[in-house]
Amino acid sequence: MNSKYSEIMNDKKRIMMESVGIDYDAYEFEGIGFDYEKMMDDQGYQIDKIREIQKKNMVGNTPLVELRNITAYARKYAKKGYGARIFIKDEAANLSGSYKARRAALSVYKAKELGYKGVIAATSGNYGAAVAALAAKEGLKCIIVQETFDSKNISQPEILEKARKCESYGAEVVQLSVGPELFYMFLKLLDETKYFNASLYSPYGVNGVETLGFEIAEKMLEKEGKYPEAVIVTNAGGGNLTGTARGLKRAGATTTKIIGCSVDLYGLHMASDHDFNRKSFTTGHTGFGIPFSTFPDRSDVPRSAARPLRYMDRYLTMNQGSVFFITEALALLEGMERGPAGNTSLAAAFALAQEMKEDEIIVVQETEYTGAGKHSQPQLSFAKKNNVELFFGNPFDEKPGKNIIFPIDGSYIKYKEIELDTLRKSYMKHINVDELTNKDKEFLIEELNITTEQLTKIL
Amino acid sequence: MNIDKGTYVRIRKTLLQPSERSENLPEDTKKVPLKMWVKGRMLEEGELFDYAHIKTITGRIEYGRVKEIEPPYKHGFGDFVEELLQIREIIIKDVYGGENNE
Repeated sequence: MNSKYSEIMNDKKRIMMESVGIDYDAYEFEGIGFDYEKMMDDQGYQIDKIREIQKKNMVGNTPLVELRNITAYARKYAKKGYGARIFIKDEAANLSGSYKARRAALSVYKAKELGYKGVIAATSGNYGAAVAALAAKEGLKCIIVQETFDSKNISQPEILEKARKCESYGAEVVQLSVGPELFYMFLKLLDETKYFNASLYSPYGVNGVETLGFEIAEKMLEKEGKYPEAVIVTNAGGGNLTGTARGLKRAGATTTKIIGCSVDLYGLHMASDHDFNRKSFTTGHTGFGIPFSTFPDRSDVPRSAARPLRYMDRYLTMNQGSVFFITEALALLEGMERGPAGNTSLAAAFALAQEMKEDEIIVVQETEYTGAGKHSQPQLSFAKKNNVELFFGNPFDEKPGKNIIFPIDGSYIKYKEIELDTLRKSYMKHINVDELTNKDKEFLIEELNITTEQLTKIL
Repeated sequence: MNIDKGTYVRIRKTLLQPSERSENLPEDTKKVPLKMWVKGRMLEEGELFDYAHIKTITGRIEYGRVKEIEPPYKHGFGDFVEELLQIREIIIKDVYGGENNE
């Protein structure tokens, strides 16, 4: 390793401290843990304040709509009396076209309040457009750092579209080739510009999603007189799930099951130059979902506010083909043309609803905008160009990077389940101590959402 | 000189040579440099594929090889995908029944 890389990386702590405005050391316990709730609360934004900031910025209060035709479609494959009602939160209605505006709103507000001249975010996803749009509204400068192209200069169409959108809001887009050293460039830019780090993983980035869960609980109670039995969340970095779950609980929906779901990209290496353009989803997939669940502090801040294992009741995966299939169904049967990645949890809800009673409710908590590049058509056309085979069959036979298998018909849409204990054990591999103190154990019980007995078993 | 000062261009710059990259990389990524693309206005006259200084929209100065003049957005909706049409036909059949639903 060369000095210019290690020099910046060794200076990480100082750069972070200057660019986030949070003294993370203040929350550290002796041992492995830290005071998560204090870190979340200390930033001083209660739900009413967050709603006020978001409302002012055209964020939140998105429609919660019942998908009657998709529900009827799912019931076709359910036994009598089964087939839960499926609702969807149309998050594409937010400023910039996705729920990520909720996360950006608070970060950008904070940056402005603290007197920063601009904001930087490292993201190839919708978050870039969200930060850029909100920064535009606040009159702040904005730089988005994206992982965009491989060594042959070929880019993912979905990521090119997000870059275009960021530029439409006046942001500078720094596009990099494949590799985790994106973080190096990100730190360099923070140090050079002295802008605010609008991290997805800061308390602001996660507190901002609490309104999503809160709105679901509130609207359901008003419309149906009860909280939903289940809310299903597309899971990547964990902030969507964490924030939504916290918001639901805050509103009183404590019995609602929180289900995480990711697109199955098993076998594709996220840092591989070759694999980069062989995936047809650039977010919402297991390549982020699993590592960020089992090691949340791998993120771009010292302590991530996104800690999905604290809130997740189940974790499911869907193959790429089923998500494209359900994306078509949403357009054809409900008149809602939305981006594929956001429909990951809708595909799982379709299968899951069939196991739930017909008077029960499952809420799919997001949609995202769609358009050139970021749409089933260009993404599948791109897959073919990269020699990924497309065919109809059993989705469970899909080999990510080699083929995409579409379900033969609706009855073939099935989820796979990842046992939470498998994830918890994998989390423990990152804990590097021989002997855990009682304080450490208390932290782990909260962190893994388990009982003392379960912890003993895992240890 | 075929690019005027002030022209909007896209440059490419090598940030890390293969030997300078992080240690924990898959074999294929380890072999190639980390590169960057960024857009801005030419701060001097120049030639396509030559090195030049640019000023980005946030006012940062960058230096790299000019790869594209007035870079367009080339992404679109791709080629026709037969399988998408078939998915639509399957859904219609699943929901509304066989051939006699016209």
